[in-house]
Amino acid sequence: MLTKRIIPCLDIKDGRTVKGVNFVELRDAGDAVEQGAIYADQGADELVFLDITATVENRKTLVELVRNVARQINIPFTVGGGISSVQDVSALLNAGADKISINTSAVLKPELIDEMALQFGSQCIVVAIDTKDMGNKNIVYTHGGRKPTEIVTEQWANELQERGAGEILLTSMDHDGTKAGFANELTAIISKKLHIPVIASGGAGNMGHFYDVFTEGAADAALAASIFHFKEIPIPSLKNYLHEHGIPMRTEL
Amino acid sequence: MNTVIIKYNAGNVVSVTNTLNRLGVNPILSDDPEIIKGADKVIFPGVGEASTAMDYLRERKLDQIIVNLKQPFLGICLGQQLMCKYSEENDTECLGIFDLNVLRFKPKLKVPHMGWNRLFDTKGALFQNLPKEAYIYFVHSYYCEIGEETIAKSDYINDFSAALHKDNFYAIQGHPEKSGQVGQHLLENFLKL
Repeated sequence: MLTKRIIPCLDIKDGRTVKGVNFVELRDAGDAVEQGAIYADQGADELVFLDITATVENRKTLVELVRNVARQINIPFTVGGGISSVQDVSALLNAGADKISINTSAVLKPELIDEMALQFGSQCIVVAIDTKDMGNKNIVYTHGGRKPTEIVTEQWANELQERGAGEILLTSMDHDGTKAGFANELTAIISKKLHIPVIASGGAGNMGHFYDVFTEGAADAALAASIFHFKEIPIPSLKNYLHEHGIPMRTEL
Repeated sequence: MNTVIIKYNAGNVVSVTNTLNRLGVNPILSDDPEIIKGADKVIFPGVGEASTAMDYLRERKLDQIIVNLKQPFLGICLGQQLMCKYSEENDTECLGIFDLNVLRFKPKLKVPHMGWNRLFDTKGALFQNLPKEAYIYFVHSYYCEIGEETIAKSDYINDFSAALHKDNFYAIQGHPEKSGQVGQHLLENFLKL
């Protein structure tokens, strides 16, 4: 049976990870490759590296980082942050990234998704959606959650699938950072309607939240950052917990 | 040992090369028939679409070279599908090494089948010393039927051939180069053949 995926996300700045990460095994707290490798050894099913600076000057650093990650890590990984052209995608895939993730640039120029899917295949094009609950509807935000649009989230998700996105990374801004659980209701609406996988993100605080997002939320994968970085939930314990509660998990590595 | 990765228009070979490098092997990427024929091991990766890939192989007569090879040969993902007889993907006649068809998953669940899935009914040298529950990373919308040449199965919507073997020809549907320790072990087993 296809297993549900657990995906740690690493924030990258100038080629190094940010946010305090305190693995005892870690020699260099900012070394993204080393951190990624530890997650892979712990049973992470995929990794996401998100370049939060994403400036033109940092592109080369990011490509170099991707090359190093690909040399040393043997599970699939996605790279995102500031990707706005077919050339960007090409450079990152050639460096060894398995998938790339786009967000703002997809909103500004939706045809980019068609172009990227056609050239590289849908399977490597992840589109991230930052969504906020406005009471009567869910709205897409861009620019790292700073700018609201008038796009309705559920409609946008449909359009992404139509244009050839291979996967959707859905981050609920209302849940992100709260540790009160994922946006299960919205995740379920989108995941059940689409035939491409949905990665739920934002709100993970305990192991039960992951159970909920895989059952109630019908998510195909769940992404989290701080709870893994600060070792509040070790990945092996999480996967064992979910496995014991009947969620299909890759438990043997 | 001289390991050649067949160079053609389908496939990102970076990951396969990286994994082989980690195993101490420095593969040669080539579409030169003489270099392919002279290899100790041949790897045939593939991500992409079947008919375009077959056209490319035929134009360069690599199709004939491949079917006549005698050394251990490993097809990965689309590579496995191209080694079958026929693919429903754009109605494509394939290499015919395995007497099996490649069919599209019925969309009862999400397609492509993407993520980690378990192998079962594994047999032979490729799977030696793997953990009992071996998981592999898959990304595919078409699958190979089960037949006499099946040496591992997996299940998504229906059971399918996760690996095939006939004479010197081996094939795997998932991506061992992306499947952590299990995948690395599998490639190591192939290199030992």
